[in-house]
Amino acid sequence: MQANVAAVSAKKTERLLNLVICLLATRRFLSVQEIRSAVPGYEQDTEEAFRRMFERDKEELRDLGIPLETGTDSSAHDDELGYRIARRDYELPEITLAPDEAAALGLAARLWQSAPLAGATGSALIKLRAAGVDDLAAPAALEPRVGASEPAFDGCLRAVRDGRALSFSYRTAGGPPKERHVEPWGVVSWRGRWYLVAHDLDRAAARVFRLSRIVGDVRESGEPGSVVPPDDLDLRAVVARMASDEPRATARVALRPGAGWELRRAATAAAPDPDRDGWTVVDVGFSDPERFADRVTGYGADAVVLSPPDARSAVVARLRGLAS
Amino acid sequence: MTGAMGQLPRLLALVPYLLSRPGIRLAEVAETFAITEDRLRKDLNLLWVCGLPGHGPGDLIDVEFEGDTVTLLEPAGVTRPLRLTVDEALALIVALRALADTPGLSERDAVDRALVKVEQAAGAAAGPASRVEVAVEGEHRLLPVLRAALEGRKRLHLGYYVPARDETTQRDVDPMRLLLVEGRSYLEAWCRQAEGVRLFRLDRMDSVDVLDEPAELPAGARSRDVSAGLFRPGPEDLLVTLALRPAAAWVADYHPCESVAESPDGGLVVRLRARDTSWVRRLALRLGEHGRVLAPAALADQVRADAARALEAYADAPAPG
Repeated sequence: MQANVAAVSAKKTERLLNLVICLLATRRFLSVQEIRSAVPGYEQDTEEAFRRMFERDKEELRDLGIPLETGTDSSAHDDELGYRIARRDYELPEITLAPDEAAALGLAARLWQSAPLAGATGSALIKLRAAGVDDLAAPAALEPRVGASEPAFDGCLRAVRDGRALSFSYRTAGGPPKERHVEPWGVVSWRGRWYLVAHDLDRAAARVFRLSRIVGDVRESGEPGSVVPPDDLDLRAVVARMASDEPRATARVALRPGAGWELRRAATAAAPDPDRDGWTVVDVGFSDPERFADRVTGYGADAVVLSPPDARSAVVARLRGLAS
Repeated sequence: MTGAMGQLPRLLALVPYLLSRPGIRLAEVAETFAITEDRLRKDLNLLWVCGLPGHGPGDLIDVEFEGDTVTLLEPAGVTRPLRLTVDEALALIVALRALADTPGLSERDAVDRALVKVEQAAGAAAGPASRVEVAVEGEHRLLPVLRAALEGRKRLHLGYYVPARDETTQRDVDPMRLLLVEGRSYLEAWCRQAEGVRLFRLDRMDSVDVLDEPAELPAGARSRDVSAGLFRPGPEDLLVTLALRPAAAWVADYHPCESVAESPDGGLVVRLRARDTSWVRRLALRLGEHGRVLAPAALADQVRADAARALEAYADAPAPG
C-alpha cells in the first residue's frame, strides 16, 4: 500500500515536471488539447477525467508560485484559452552575494526557530543555492533567534500576508474570552512576544493583540487583498506605544541587605535606611501601582514599600489575599 | 526525511543547482536539500525520464553518475530556479531587517547589502514582508567586552544575579557564544563553578572582568539546542499545581506548563515544573489572591507564611504621614 502511494505520487510529480518544462519551452499559448498530447501522463480514458486532472494540476502549480499565464495568440484557430509560462516571471533574477553578504544571509536564516518561517527559509535558501549562491554557513559571534510557538501565529501570518479579515476569541485579564473581528495590518515580535496590530471592527480603532492570548483557531474571511494597511503605518511604534510602561511616579522602598536586586538596578536614588540597620532605601519610578506591585511583592518581607500610599496598599492587598 | 520542500519544487531547484556544479558529490547535494542519498537517487531517476515534448533522447534531462559524484548534462530548459514565493521572501527579508536592527551586531554593513540584493531578487513577492516586523532588543552595553573575550578565547569573571535566590553570585566562566533569544541577550558559557554549560542573561550581569587566562572548554561542553525554548524542565524538577484567576492567566503564557485546564470561573489550573521553590514562592506572592498553590501542600504553607511575615514588616513600617 505504502509503495503504491509512493508510485502514484512519483507519477504525478513526473507529469507536473513535464508540464512545467513544456510550458516553459513554448513561446505561444498552448491549447489544452496540445498540452494533452505533449505531456505524458494525460492519457486518460475520457475527456472529462483529463480535464479534472488538468484543473487540479494547474491549481497545484499556482500554489507553488509557478506563474501560469493564460491567453490566446492572434494566430490561434479557435478562441479557446491557451497556457504558457513566461520565463521572466518564472525565473529567479540573477543574484550574486559577496562572501560577507552570504554569511549575513546565513545568519539571518538561523533567526527563525519554528515553522512556518523556518521551513520557508529552508526552501528559499535552496533556491538561492540553485542560483549559484554559496558560503551560507559561516559562524557568527552573536546569533539572534526568534521563536513563534503561539498556536495563532500561522493563521495571523497568513491573514496579514493575504490581506484578509480575521475573527478570533481573545482572552483579557478581566474575564472570559471574547469574540473579536479585525482587519489585520501586521504581526510584530516585540520584547520576545508576538503581537497582531489590527483595526478592530467592533471598536472602530487600532488595537494591539497579544498572540498568546488568542484562544483556539483564527478564522479568515473576505477576499485576498481586501484589507490594506494605512500607508504611514509604523508597526513597531504602534506596539511600543500600546505596550509601554513609562514611569509617572516615584516609589520609595526599603530593601534588606543584598535583596531586591532588580529594584536596586532600576533605582534613581539610594540611601541608608535610618530605621533599619543595614537596610537601603531606594527611589524607583513606576507607572501603575498594580504593575509596581508585580515587581515588589515577590520579595516578601525583604522589600517594604514606604510610599506612595497607592503603591503600598497594592502590595499589602496582595499579601492579605494570601495570608488569610 | 523529505526535506524542506515538496518533491516538485525540489526537482525544479535540483536541475539548475546541479547544472552550475558539475561533478558535485551526491552526499553534498543530499545535505543541501536536507534529504537522504537514497531519496536523492530516486529524485535523479525521476529527472532522467522527464524532458521536452517529444521525449526523444535529446529532449530528456540527462544526468551522468561517476563514482559518488553526479553531473547534469542537459537541463531541458530548466536553467534557473523558480522565483521566491511570498512566504520565502518574507522569511528572508524580515530576518535580514531584524538583523540590521540588532544592537551590537558587527556585520551590519554586509546585512544591509544582502538585504538590498534579496529584495531585488524577490521582486513583487517582497511586498507582504513589510507587514511583519521583529524588534530584536537586547542588552548591548556589555556586548563589546563579551565579544572580545569570545574572539580572544579568554576566561571571564562574572558577578551574576540569580533571581530565584535574589543574590549576586561570583563565578568564572569560559565563553562559548552570544545568543539573542526571544528578545533577550544571553552568553552561553562553561561555568567552572557549576561544571556545566549555562546561559547567562546579559541584563543580570552585575560585573564582567576579562581574565588574563585562556578559556578552556572541556570536551563535553556542547551548545544547547535552544530551538525548543530556553527553559526545559526535567522530571526531577518539582511539580507544582497553581489555580489562576483570569487576571493571572498570563502565567501560562510565560512559563512552559505540563498541563493547562480551564476552570469554571474562567481561570486556569496549570501544572508546571520548578527547579527551585523560591522561584514559585515569589511568583505566588506576586499573584496575591489571583493565584493559589494547590499542590504540594508544604509549598502552599510556605507561601502563606511568607505573606504573613511580609505583612508584619508593613505593620512595623507605618506609612509616613
